[in-house]
Amino acid sequence: MNLRELEPGTVERKLGAAILAVEGISLSFGGVKALSEVSFDVREHEIRAIIGPNGAGKSSMLNVINGVYRPQQGRVTFMGETHSQMEPHRAAARGIARTFQGLALFKGMSVLDNILAGRNLMMKRNLLWQALRVGPALREEIEHRRRVEEIIDFLEIQHVRKTPVGRLPYGLQKRVDLGRALAAEPRVLLLDEPMAGMNVEEKQDMSRFILDVNDEFGTTIVLIEHDMGVVMDLSDRVVVLDYGRKIADGTPDEVRSSQAVIDAYLGVKH
Amino acid sequence: MAVVGGTHDTFPKLLLRHAEAIGGHPAIREKDLGIWQAWTWREMRDEVEWLACGLAQAGLERGAHVAVIGSNRPRLYWTICAAQALGAIPVPFYEDAVAQEMVYVFQEAEIAFAVVEDQEQADKLLEIAPQCPRLKHIWYDDARGLRNYTQAGLEPYEKLREAGRAKAAAEPSFFGGEIAKSRGSDTAIMMYTSGTTGNPKGVVLSHDNLILSSRAYAELEGLRDDEEVLAYLPMAWIGQNLFSYAQWMVVGFRINCPESGDTTMTDMREIGPTYYFAPPRVLEALLTQVTIRMEDASWVKRRMFRFFMDHARRVGARLLDGRPVGAADRLLYAIGNLLVYAPLKNALGMSRVRVAYTAGEAIGPDLFVFYRSLGINLKQLYGSTETSVMVCVQPNGEVKPDTVGPPMKGVEIRVLDSGEIVLRCPGLFRSYYRNDAATSEAKDAEGWFRTGDAGFFDESGHLKIIDRAKDVGKLSDGTLFAPKYLENKLKFFPYIKEAVAFGQGKAEATAMVNIDVEAVGDWAERRGIPYSGYTDLASKPQVRELVRECVEKVNADLSRDPRLAGSQIHRFVVLHKELDADDGELTRTRKVRRGFIGEKYATIVDALYSGTAQCVVEAQVRFEDGRVGSIRAELAVDRAKTFAAQALAA
Repeated sequence: MNLRELEPGTVERKLGAAILAVEGISLSFGGVKALSEVSFDVREHEIRAIIGPNGAGKSSMLNVINGVYRPQQGRVTFMGETHSQMEPHRAAARGIARTFQGLALFKGMSVLDNILAGRNLMMKRNLLWQALRVGPALREEIEHRRRVEEIIDFLEIQHVRKTPVGRLPYGLQKRVDLGRALAAEPRVLLLDEPMAGMNVEEKQDMSRFILDVNDEFGTTIVLIEHDMGVVMDLSDRVVVLDYGRKIADGTPDEVRSSQAVIDAYLGVKH
Repeated sequence: MAVVGGTHDTFPKLLLRHAEAIGGHPAIREKDLGIWQAWTWREMRDEVEWLACGLAQAGLERGAHVAVIGSNRPRLYWTICAAQALGAIPVPFYEDAVAQEMVYVFQEAEIAFAVVEDQEQADKLLEIAPQCPRLKHIWYDDARGLRNYTQAGLEPYEKLREAGRAKAAAEPSFFGGEIAKSRGSDTAIMMYTSGTTGNPKGVVLSHDNLILSSRAYAELEGLRDDEEVLAYLPMAWIGQNLFSYAQWMVVGFRINCPESGDTTMTDMREIGPTYYFAPPRVLEALLTQVTIRMEDASWVKRRMFRFFMDHARRVGARLLDGRPVGAADRLLYAIGNLLVYAPLKNALGMSRVRVAYTAGEAIGPDLFVFYRSLGINLKQLYGSTETSVMVCVQPNGEVKPDTVGPPMKGVEIRVLDSGEIVLRCPGLFRSYYRNDAATSEAKDAEGWFRTGDAGFFDESGHLKIIDRAKDVGKLSDGTLFAPKYLENKLKFFPYIKEAVAFGQGKAEATAMVNIDVEAVGDWAERRGIPYSGYTDLASKPQVRELVRECVEKVNADLSRDPRLAGSQIHRFVVLHKELDADDGELTRTRKVRRGFIGEKYATIVDALYSGTAQCVVEAQVRFEDGRVGSIRAELAVDRAKTFAAQALAA
């Protein structure tokens, strides 16, 4: 079932120029080649999926994009600026946010506080101002709180607003993690297996939220996902990696019919 | 006295009156982005004016119908009022109705305009639009997900509001002029009854009907314009409409719309309503939550809770009724109040409740007494959509768990020989929409309305309802068989969520049972019984044993009443799936459709009477996304102990 087909009258979405491009990325850990000569681009407002069998280098690719790993070769161009390597804090400050395969949340803190933590980079006043909670610091806090409430409303988690994250079911924690990433108001959102470990209903909810984020905020989304059904439904274009090399790149239909992809997934007779 | 009379004979006129007299008071609040947003009566008057002007501009005419679909949102309440201001007729829908269920109403009422809450509702209307050619305009409140929709006629609420605002500025007298054209005898609203059989019927209610009924309640309870009310039940239900719209408009109090369905409990605690209305299933869900949480509490707290609740059960209700209670008991109750009752009421959000009503279904005596013993003035009332919920109500100080109280002022009641209750009252509906046959069948020339309920007056003049008149039947040996009475008795156990009783024309009564997955699941966890889901849990032998105990308690209870002793439940089945409105097994108000279930599960009914211990059933289920699947299950048929009838003297 294609979620987009359920929406009657949806117009073709306007995809912009490339906002992010990786060129000739090679990354190795000692003798292990994680990525070799991978190039692709991501257009603005696009939902771009990276798929591939286990160990294909998908998570490594995300880590290169937001600067956690430093590739030995190649360049990353983000919003017109080219770097041979991205620094994680720079990536975050310039509008790349991500969610994690294993969750990265403060389990003892409430949903509200977790999402508020995602706005850390945008808080202008220093610690002293914030501790005093007067004048500009208070106004700033109110503004941040309003943005966080909008995200809570958007993700439909009002009923757990004040619940410690550790007490929530897994599917909801995933949603909070997405909320935390959204709080940074990113231009590009990297989602590392957003549906891992979810049941069908939770997957449908999450798919809906990803589409809505893309629709409402115009956020460009790069996602890694194992569930092929989800990938084919959500994505505008798909990159396929196998053993660190790019073996296909195109629309879901093109990728689905590519012989190289079929071979990589189903194995090939020697 | 805040009750308004005389010239204010329609709801829009009442709105104008409040905007004049108490214009600065908050009229409606909605929790949005974590904060309670309020609109005063004056602001609301403006919003309604703009909306009415917008609707008029779009071509809404006097007498036309407007669909209102969604959960409790200020804008939807304003839509009802704006439509009424133009002399049009709002038709609220249940927000969880599936698209195809709406088609009939849209076609019959020739609805051209709809104001809906969000994408979910808009999608449904777009789906049925080809079948409803008259549907021209859909306005939505929440734009989320609708950004890229390009259908003609689908527009955001803001656009309607802005168009209306411009018109209102250009023609300031338009709004008042339109309101002045309506009279109290005009139709105020059309509410579709859920209909246990056949197509739903549109009940046409006038302003007079609803205003007189509201006024009767307001005078009886001394409602004031500073009451806080939580608007959280479906807008398409007459109870919700009467308590959160009609009485709101008549008295001028405040209604509060929760943030979402899931936050209702928290929102209720924050608001602390003074006037509360809840069908028994809501009260039951609250009690179940309390019980489960108490089981998790420490030993000391559990003991304290039990001790003081026992005490409250003994004296709480008597205190509330103002009957004599000894000084020692009073003191102990006061201590209990400090330690248990007040904190518990606070947790339930009922600390400030002055009057609480329950209606819609029979309420279990234990459940009813629980709330009353805490000092919450919970009372039962009786009424239906056709009577604007105005028939009987329990007066303060005369509250009994098993009756609905004496008739209200101005209501005449007779009980026919068949046991059916007929009545006349000022709130009585005008007609069923375009259904003269049904109207004349329900209402005779002298205005007597056949309620379809069977019951009788007890010795103190209180009405007691036992069942639907048409459902009261006989077993093959002529014993009285009131299926709903049995079902309710079963449902009063926390472990049993739904029950369906059979026995019409048979030798003995039998039942199908749905367990309450939350309560039984908790019970199973405490005993270390593993289970994967409803179906698995329901098939556990221990769970069947648990249900058997409940059935046998019902039988013991029935054996004490000589008229009902013969209808004890001999055999029962714990169903493998939960009965669901989407599968047509329940009505939207969650009443069981006995006939339909009897046909659908004919194999189970056969097994209940054939004496076999097992049966195989295959049933279709409809998932929430509309797909259809089937569940196959092997069910065990269990036998329950019955008791010899006891003489009344025993």
